[in-house]
Amino acid sequence: MTSTETPLVRVLEADGRYAPSAAAEQYLPLIDALSDAELEQFYRDMVVIRAIDTQATNLQRQGQLALWPPSRGQEAAQVGSAYAARRQDTLFPSYREHAVTRIRGVDPVDILSVMRGNTHGGWNPLDPKNGNTRIYTLVLGSQTLHAAGFGMGLVFDGKTGTGDVERDEAVVVYYGDGASSQGDVHEAMVFAASYNAPVLFFLQNNHWAISVPVETQTKVPLVTRGAGYGIPSVRVDGNDVLASYAVSRAQLDEARSGGGPRAIEAVTYRMGAHTTSDDPTKYRGSDEEQSWAQRDPIARMRAFLEGRGAAASVFDDVETEAADAAEDLRARTVALTAPGRELMFDHVYSEPHPLIDEQKAWLEQYEASFEGGANR
Amino acid sequence: MTIETVPMSKALNAGLRKALEDDPRVLLMGEDIGPLGGVFRVTEHLHRDFGSQRVLDTPLAESGIVGTAIGLAMAGFRPVCEIQFDGFVFPAFDQITSQLAKMTNRHEGALSMPIVIRIPYGGHIGAVEHHQESPETYFAHTPGLRVVSPSTPNDAYWMIQEAIRSNDPVIFLEPKSRYWPKGEVDLSASAAPLHASRIVRRGSDVTLVGHGAMVTTLLQAAAIAEGEGTSCEVVDVRSLSPVDYGPILDSVRSTGRMVHAQEAPGFNGLGGEIAATVMERAFYSLEAPVLRVSGFDTPFPPAKLEGVYLPDADRILEAVDRSLAY
Ligand SMILES: Cc1ncc(C[n+]2csc(CCOP(=O)(O)OP(=O)(O)O)c2C)c(N)n1
Repeated sequence: MTSTETPLVRVLEADGRYAPSAAAEQYLPLIDALSDAELEQFYRDMVVIRAIDTQATNLQRQGQLALWPPSRGQEAAQVGSAYAARRQDTLFPSYREHAVTRIRGVDPVDILSVMRGNTHGGWNPLDPKNGNTRIYTLVLGSQTLHAAGFGMGLVFDGKTGTGDVERDEAVVVYYGDGASSQGDVHEAMVFAASYNAPVLFFLQNNHWAISVPVETQTKVPLVTRGAGYGIPSVRVDGNDVLASYAVSRAQLDEARSGGGPRAIEAVTYRMGAHTTSDDPTKYRGSDEEQSWAQRDPIARMRAFLEGRGAAASVFDDVETEAADAAEDLRARTVALTAPGRELMFDHVYSEPHPLIDEQKAWLEQYEASFEGGANR
Repeated sequence: MTIETVPMSKALNAGLRKALEDDPRVLLMGEDIGPLGGVFRVTEHLHRDFGSQRVLDTPLAESGIVGTAIGLAMAGFRPVCEIQFDGFVFPAFDQITSQLAKMTNRHEGALSMPIVIRIPYGGHIGAVEHHQESPETYFAHTPGLRVVSPSTPNDAYWMIQEAIRSNDPVIFLEPKSRYWPKGEVDLSASAAPLHASRIVRRGSDVTLVGHGAMVTTLLQAAAIAEGEGTSCEVVDVRSLSPVDYGPILDSVRSTGRMVHAQEAPGFNGLGGEIAATVMERAFYSLEAPVLRVSGFDTPFPPAKLEGVYLPDADRILEAVDRSLAY
C-alpha cells in the first residue's frame, strides 16, 4: 500500500472546515461528545505549549539551556492523544512530548531543568501530580520496551481488561519515525502482542529523523507495519487535534478492554529544527516547510472554533495565558540554581556502596582544601 | 613539507576523503552523515562528492549499521561506520562484541573484518545525557577489537587512514571536545604506526599518561607544574588496545613516578591496566605508587556537574603532589 492509498483519519481540513474523511466516520461520536469547553481547551493547550516551546528555544539561544528539541508543529498529535489518555493510564514519552507531559501535570520547568543540565530525570513519575508520566528517554526506541513490559505487568496484575473502562489501565508510548527503525521497537511490538499488553504505540511521523527523511526508514507507510505483529493500527492526520483525540481514545479503550496492543501513526511535521543544534536548511527546502506551515494544527483548530462561533475573547484569553506561561517559565528557569555535587553520588545505588562513599568523601575533602585556601 | 592548520573535524574529513579516493571499496555509513555531513560535520561534502553508495545515510538503527557493515565486509567492502554519539553505541554492542570482534577468530583466519567504527566520545561539551560518555574500556576489554583515539588533528588525519587500512576491526574514538581547536597537519609526512604511544612533552620528575582529550589537560597540568618547579613528561597513549608500553616504560624508568588520567570511571579502567603493567615491568624504577585520576564511579552527571566529574589540571596536580610526597 502506498502512502496515498492508506486510509487517513482526518476530521478537519487544513483550512479548519469540518469535513471528515471516510476513515473518520466511526470516530465521529467521540468528537460529537466533546463540549465547547473541551474543544477550547484543546486549542488553549496547543497555543500555550507553543509559547512555552518558543520561550525554551529562546532560552537555549541565550545560553540558559544546553539543548532544546522543539515541538512546534506537533501540538495536535500530542494534545489529542494526551487528552485521550485516562487519568489511570501510564505514559512513556520520548524527548519531544512537551505538550503531552504538560497536560498530564508535569511542570515545564522540570523539562527545562533536564535540558539545562541540572538533572537527568526532571520529575518523579510516582508523584501523582505528574499524571503517571515517565521521564524522557534519549536513547531512541528504548522506552517502547519499557512500555510493553509495563503493559505486561498490568495484565499480570489484572489491572486491565476487567470491563470497567473507568478503572482499567493502559499505556501510551511515544516514538518517532526514525526510532521506528530501532530493533527495540520491533521487539516491543512482539512482546506487547504476545502478551496482549494494553499498549498504544503512538508514532509521530514528523517526516525527519534529524536530516534523514522518513523514506530512508521505510518503504511502506509506517502504519502498515503493525499488521505484521498482529497489532491493529490506524493512520491519523497528526495536525488535526480532533482526529488525534478520537482515534487515540478509541484505540486506548480497545487496548484497556483486553483488545491487546494498538498502534497509531500520526502524520505530522516538525516545523522547526530537530534541536537547537540542528540547521534544517542543510537538508530540506523551504517550499516543503511552507507547505506544512499551511497545515498548521493551531491555525486549523482556530478556524474551526471561529466557524462554530467561538467568541473573540476566547482567543484573546488564550493569548494572554500563553504569554504569561512563557514569561513565568523564563523567570523560573533563569532562577534555577546548579545542583550540588552530591547529586552525582546520591542514588547511584539504592543501597550503600563503599566505592561511591569513599569517592564522595574524597571529593568533599579535596574541595575543602581549596575552600580553605590551602591549595593552589 | 605541506602543512595545513585545521581543526580535528576537518582533519578527519580530509582523512576520510583520502581513504575514499585511494580505495574504491571503502564506504562510509551512519546516521545523518549524508547531505548534513554528520552532526559534527566530519563527513561534510563527502556525500556530494562520492554519492550515496559510498556515503550512506542509514536508517536509524545502530545494530543495523554495524551488523550490515559486517555483511558488507564479507562482501569485500571496507565500511567505516559512524556512531552519532558515545551513548548510542550500545544498541550495536552485541554486533560489535559478539560478532564483529570474533568473526576472524571463528573463521580461523579465513576472513578478516576491515571495519572502522568511529565514535565521538567524552565530555567537556556541556551536553545532555548519553552525549558525554567514555565507553572505551568495554571495547578494549573485548579480544578481537583494536581501539585507538587521536588527540590532535595531525594524528586524526593519519590515524583514520591507518585504521581504514587495517584488516582488523578498529574502534576509533574521537574526543569530541577536540573537534574544534586547530592544529597543524603535515600532509607530506608518512603515517606513524597506528598502535604506538608517544611522548608529547619531555620532563624529568613525573610521567603523566592519558589519551584523547585528556592529553590537553595533562599538558595544561604540566605547564602549571613547570611554573612550580616540577618537570612533567607527558605520554599520549593513542592506542588503547593494544597499548604500546615502550615509551611509557622508558619514561617511568627515567622519572620514577607516574600519574594516569582518564575521563572514564576509574574502576576497571584503562588506568588500572596500565598501572598494573608498569608496576610489573618497572617496579624497581618506581619511587612512588602509580596514581590514577579519573571520572568518578558514577553515571556521567548532568552538564552542570561535568566540571566536578571530569579530571582537570588541579586534580592531576594533586596527584602529582602526592606522588612527589613519597
Ligand atoms: C539510539 C540512538 N541513536 C541515535 C540518537 C541520536 N538522535 C537523537 S534524535 C535522532 C533522530 C530521531 O528521529 P525520530 O525518531 O524521527 O524522532 P524526532 O526527533 O523526529 O521526533 C537521532 C539520530 C539517539 N538519540 N539514540
